[in-house]
Amino acid sequence: MIEAQRLEKHFGRVTAVREVSLRALDGRITGLLGPNGAGKSTTLRMLYTVLAPDRGDALIDGCSVVREPLAARARLGVLPHSAGIYPNLTARENILYFGALQGLKRSARRARAAELVQLLEMEEFADRRARGLSQGERVRTALARALVHSPRNLVLDEPTNGLDVMAVRALRRLLLQLRVAGHCVLFSSHVMQEVSALCDEVVVIAHGVVLEHGTPDEIRGRTGAGSLEEAFVRLIGATDATSRGPG
Amino acid sequence: MRNFAGTRLAVRAILTVFAKEFRENLRERRTLLSALILGPLLGPLLLAGGLSLRLERGLGEVDRPLALAVAHGERAPNLLAFLREHGVTVTSVDYEPSAARAAVRSGREQQVLAVDADFAARLAAGLPAPLELYADASDLTAAGDSARLRALIQQYSALLGRLRLAARGVDPLLLAPIAVQDIDVSTPASRSVLILGTLSYLILITMLMGGMYLAIDATAGERERGSLEPLLTVPVHRELLIYGKILATCAYMILSLALTVTAFAVVLRFTGLERFGMSVNFGPRVALEVILLTLPLVPLGAALMTLVAAYTRTYREAQTYLALVLLVPTVPLAFAGLVGLRPRPALMAVPSLSQHFLITSLLRAEALPPGWVALSVGATLALAALLVVAAGGLYRREALLG
Repeated sequence: MIEAQRLEKHFGRVTAVREVSLRALDGRITGLLGPNGAGKSTTLRMLYTVLAPDRGDALIDGCSVVREPLAARARLGVLPHSAGIYPNLTARENILYFGALQGLKRSARRARAAELVQLLEMEEFADRRARGLSQGERVRTALARALVHSPRNLVLDEPTNGLDVMAVRALRRLLLQLRVAGHCVLFSSHVMQEVSALCDEVVVIAHGVVLEHGTPDEIRGRTGAGSLEEAFVRLIGATDATSRGPG
Repeated sequence: MRNFAGTRLAVRAILTVFAKEFRENLRERRTLLSALILGPLLGPLLLAGGLSLRLERGLGEVDRPLALAVAHGERAPNLLAFLREHGVTVTSVDYEPSAARAAVRSGREQQVLAVDADFAARLAAGLPAPLELYADASDLTAAGDSARLRALIQQYSALLGRLRLAARGVDPLLLAPIAVQDIDVSTPASRSVLILGTLSYLILITMLMGGMYLAIDATAGERERGSLEPLLTVPVHRELLIYGKILATCAYMILSLALTVTAFAVVLRFTGLERFGMSVNFGPRVALEVILLTLPLVPLGAALMTLVAAYTRTYREAQTYLALVLLVPTVPLAFAGLVGLRPRPALMAVPSLSQHFLITSLLRAEALPPGWVALSVGATLALAALLVVAAGGLYRREALLG
């Protein structure tokens, strides 16, 4: 389970994230929905401890990211914004490297890598140098890398970026599988379709604050919109109006 | 996390990063080229090539016939005969002074000797007989020949002087009141340093080049590729990641160092410095000692390059700054050369400079004071440790992501 408690982050004079609280439960897919610059990446980065919150805390399966960052990291699998695969290593070697860094012994990580290659349908390119892989293949490698230590919690930052339709569907299938297996999945997106198709719970964020959260139906109901997109636009619109001030 | 299990995990994490960086760069052509081929081969070849050229030139200068253009040579037949006997090839030209000047300046002639009209008359009268020697003092390649010619003419003049004194019944030895005896304390090995003085500098540069690309790739390259962020999500203390990278850089630098020194040892065997009374003291044992002396500079160079590269945003920026860093070890050496520094205990605390002095001593086949070696190693390793810790501190900072 991932729980954020009133996270706050400033960069110089800009407040990127303010009083953001959210909860992502096990066996559920939670979506962090917001326009570009809303603070999604910043929030996620605080959750996976790459950024330290100026205020507030987050708990990953009860481990505080502020006080026990290593323990928190051990319970997380992360797919950051850029897949960042090592081009000179094969896809499998990329997975094995992270397996070693996660503390898995050699036989364990070899077995796990083989398992993931099968699960993510990577057989065709698993032993090819990552330099020659397509975007979809790269994301799958990054995903395998994030799952190598079988974390219960998975955080993905805009995972469908640059993926074609088939790859998106494959990713969707995988996330649903993980959800069924009891994992906690949290991903950020600004693509409405993805979020409404996948998410059990949606957190709408804009200008660094949480505007709304609940199931897609609840959000539609509360904003009186016909679709999630409509609801989203209304929420954002309202904020824009208030933040811009009179006139 | 100061318990034993923690330390073991830490070491394992460092070794994991080290193994991956080392193996990955074996597949990187640029790194291999720079570390294992370019430096180790190019350095020795350049040195050997430069040496041979310089030596051949030096040898040739003494034996090579000197070409001389003489204007109005018929006015000084005995002088020309003397010059011809001593290896000068005389060609007659018909130059007036301005034409002679122009010929030398344009490079058509290297030097022109002009005999004045009253040369013979003044010589017979016991008065200084005038000659004009046109040469270009700014032309360094002609300097040797000019000096030779001037020496020959002086020789002839002295010869005439002695004959005149003898003819007047005066002992020519009266003109040489003091006889100076030069006693040379240099040994063949120490003389070789005249030529091999740049050896330590070449070794340092190639060693740094050996690790340069890995240092860049592991920091700026990692950031540029976007692979830094995923790396920061693993449950490993951040500074351990950079320690592993520095270790990999050290490994490549050590390989480069060993290959370079070996290549030098082999190449120097064939330079023929013995012909000039110099001996090359660079056998297997000396080569090993040179490597050991230079080893403390490996972590220092690796940490320095990693630290500088970690501050840059892109691969290209890192390349630019690291090229400057390559100059860093040369500054103490250049300073020492300019100011004429001699080895002193205090200077053994200056990294790079101390290694230069110690390596030069080894080449001279001199014994190394153990205290000096200890100070050199200690000071270098201390600075290396400082830089490694600084690099670790950098990796803990957030701004790392850029």
